[in-house]
Amino acid sequence: MALLSVDELSVTFTAKGRKDSIAVDGVSFDVAEGQVVGLVGESGCGKSVTSLALMGLLPAKGVRIGGRAVFDGQDLLTMSPQYRRDIRGSQLAMIFQDPLSSLNPVVPIGVQITEILERHRGMKGEAARKEAAHLLDRVGIPDPARRLKEFPHQLSGGMRQRALIAMAVACAPRMLIADEPTTALDVTIQAQILELLKELVDQEGTALLMITHDLGVVAGLCDEVNVLYAGRAVESAGRRDLFTYPTHPYAHGLLGSIPRLDAPRGEPLRPIRGSINDRIAWADGCAFAPRCDRYTMECLTGTPELTEPRAAGHQVRCVNPVLPKSKAEVSA
Amino acid sequence: MTTVTKKADKIDRLAELMQTTEVTSGASLWREAMRRLRASKMAAIGAVVIAAFVVIALIGPWIAPYAPTAQTWRGDVFPNRGEFVGMRSGNWFGLDHLGRDVFSRWLVGARQTLLVGVVSMLIGLVVGALIGVCSGAAATLGGRAGQRVDTVIMRFTDIMLSLPSLLLAVSVAAVLGQSLTTVMIAVGVVQIPVFARLLRGSMLVQGGSDYVLAAKALGLRKRRIVLTQILPNSLSPVIVQATLSLATAIIEAAALSYLGLGNPDPAIPEWGVMLAQAQRFFDNEPMMAVYPAVGIIITALGFTLLGEAMREALDPKLRG
Amino acid sequence: MLRLVVRRLLQLIPTLLGLSVLLFLWLDRLPGGPASAILGEKATEAEVARINRALGLDQPVYVQYWRFLKRIFELDLGTSTQTGQPVWDEFALKFPATVELSIAAILIAVVIGIPLGYLAAKRRGGWIDVASVSTSLVGICIPVFFLAILLRSVFSVQLGLFPASGRLTTGINATEVTGFAVLDGLLTGELDASWDAIWHLILPAVALASIPLAVIVRMTRASVLEVLGEDYVRTAESKGLEKRVVRGRHVLRNALLPVITAIGLLTGSLLSGAVLTESVFDFGGIGSFIRTAIDGRDYPVLVGFILFIAMVYVFINLLVDIAYSIIDPRVRVH
Repeated sequence: MALLSVDELSVTFTAKGRKDSIAVDGVSFDVAEGQVVGLVGESGCGKSVTSLALMGLLPAKGVRIGGRAVFDGQDLLTMSPQYRRDIRGSQLAMIFQDPLSSLNPVVPIGVQITEILERHRGMKGEAARKEAAHLLDRVGIPDPARRLKEFPHQLSGGMRQRALIAMAVACAPRMLIADEPTTALDVTIQAQILELLKELVDQEGTALLMITHDLGVVAGLCDEVNVLYAGRAVESAGRRDLFTYPTHPYAHGLLGSIPRLDAPRGEPLRPIRGSINDRIAWADGCAFAPRCDRYTMECLTGTPELTEPRAAGHQVRCVNPVLPKSKAEVSA
Repeated sequence: MTTVTKKADKIDRLAELMQTTEVTSGASLWREAMRRLRASKMAAIGAVVIAAFVVIALIGPWIAPYAPTAQTWRGDVFPNRGEFVGMRSGNWFGLDHLGRDVFSRWLVGARQTLLVGVVSMLIGLVVGALIGVCSGAAATLGGRAGQRVDTVIMRFTDIMLSLPSLLLAVSVAAVLGQSLTTVMIAVGVVQIPVFARLLRGSMLVQGGSDYVLAAKALGLRKRRIVLTQILPNSLSPVIVQATLSLATAIIEAAALSYLGLGNPDPAIPEWGVMLAQAQRFFDNEPMMAVYPAVGIIITALGFTLLGEAMREALDPKLRG
Repeated sequence: MLRLVVRRLLQLIPTLLGLSVLLFLWLDRLPGGPASAILGEKATEAEVARINRALGLDQPVYVQYWRFLKRIFELDLGTSTQTGQPVWDEFALKFPATVELSIAAILIAVVIGIPLGYLAAKRRGGWIDVASVSTSLVGICIPVFFLAILLRSVFSVQLGLFPASGRLTTGINATEVTGFAVLDGLLTGELDASWDAIWHLILPAVALASIPLAVIVRMTRASVLEVLGEDYVRTAESKGLEKRVVRGRHVLRNALLPVITAIGLLTGSLLSGAVLTESVFDFGGIGSFIRTAIDGRDYPVLVGFILFIAMVYVFINLLVDIAYSIIDPRVRVH
């Protein structure tokens, strides 16, 4: 049984005097214990909003949330705020994108860690400090006793992200949500942080929901991948399946737009044309249709269903999927 | 020599051409700010209040039923005994302690109050802006010597800012003697360091921006950079402050009057003076003070509302 | 920390020097000059000449300035032309009342202003927000002295709830120790004197608090709004911390930084307000004293007061800087 089971999650922002804007439009996926699941897409596809909705970090006002998100047998979206507060940080923890702005600049690193231990593990004083130093040590920060007294601006970017990870794993959570944890970092540091995450997941059997736009991260880390477009999953598959046979035209385009060293010299890059703003509502048809090379009139007759056109467990939301055998076909 | 100047001119023109893109984006920025301003309820209330005030100030002296100095009493005001007449036909706001018609004085006073506010704001704005421009230009483009000039000027404004505004005004008033001009200058002087600091700060921000760097890289002359690039983009906070200053100026002028440094001419009944005179009789005839006080408060509120709304409309952080 | 203090005190020197030059020039420009200020406007020319000689005003300007400066450093601010007492003694006598009033006003402003500003930000657009923002706008626009007159008239003259003037009821048994009436009562055990002093403080303090309160409410609101949108607040929430901890450690500790600076900068307007409020309530502090000095053109008192205020202002802002550097580690490093 899955640890987290998200079913038709939707998030709508409602502002007075403005049209409702749908950020997440019926996303479903499962995360099992010890599994790494990726949510992939360009900015604005709703992946970050999904993570915030799961954590309960969206503002109470001006947001409408629908669907279900069952975590360990209980629906996160309907449980009492106090119970949710108890779970948050202890069983379900999150790592954020920009480590500098995500750390409180006027509170020492040590306090920002021990406050979790005090809240969820009832530790106090010296015991909490020892445990905090141990946590910093575990995420690979040298000289942890000294670092505990320091402030975020005194740490390097990589160390700040390690400190944030230390906070997230402080209570050995059953699931971690990482929202673009490496985007703000240098490439060499990125690799180290990913390595660290992998290690923690392997050792503890923690489930990890990885939110990223970086297909390299997905390829290196994820077991299952969900490709999001305009607030909806358009393709869900195992990593190998997705990278070998990207079937939705969007996923196909995404993988095709990565520059490859082994491509013939002089071959042009193949970007997806337009931007995510050129879209139609899912209710009217496929949101990707305006940017799609393969679209037909059929694409504009309501939301396409999720199907498994290629293999079992490889779900695609498309009426004209890119199937490996149809190389000969010529699109109009 | 001439070829060099020609070359400089050419470069300047080139840079101006380049700047047109900047200007259009700047214009749309202003348009956006205007749109937000029009949508703001605060700005609307402020504008209506100000408009009403200006209309009263313009036509007030003509529609006033009596001259501000005319004693229209009928032997029925005895301030010593605390006997006043309140509202009555012919004297809508009653009579003051010298038996003059308060309504007439209030109408005439509106114009004086507007005058005091506008002139003292302008004194502060013009002198302050000059100091600010010098300082800002020196700091951004003057090199090390310029920075020293900037430091000295800013230390000077610091001193002025550190003094309680009222005391600064009192000091000025002590030198100049008692008159309407004194009030305007005294209140204006208080605003000088505020405008100077603001414009300088804003110029420093603009001076560090990429388009100024580009202009420098193109070899534009310094004066031109300041006048065509930095200054126009630094003005919006100054305009906001000017609006807010009108409110402070009117309030400060009233405080000066209360301290006995106001305009002594009875033919020019400024609201601050009326309030200062009326407060002595407040326990017996509060309304006499309330009319000028309400005038001051509502007017100051109008300018404050408009100024705050402008600040919000121009704040890039709130845009979106 | 010590370095900061020393540096700020050194910065004080050019400021005070500049100020002394300005003051010197100002004195020089006064109608009639110091002689007529001392002798009054009806002085004969012979008398003026005598005074000028006595004051050294017949000497070159730089000599005069040097003497002026020397006197300042000896804390010799001259003699009040009104009371005949040394200006410094007058200040020492009257300053505690003003400090007491100012502290009471700032306390009112902080204790009400910060929670109100926080609530307004937290429930943005709600009725608390609308009410507090509009009230604070009105508060800024009411002339302080008018508010004082209004409060006095309504609450003491009409309703008789508070005393209308002074610091203590005449005849009450109060021993003076520090000059701070409330504190003195506590020190000597004369609690009824303390209570009486507080009773006298309330109305003037409320009037004086109007502008600081308005400023603090608006600053806190703006600052909290900004901090609530920060990533680290979201991080704190993601840790499941109790609301109390998120509010105190993560929101307020950051949001109050600009508010603290604002409070330091309020010193000037607070003292302006004290002059006006004290004279309405005849409070007997420096404010009332200055009011009569302005009326009587008592220039030594005014000059002394300006110098004194400049020092107070710098001192308070030094305290603010120290407080700031304790709270904000990013400042400490520089």
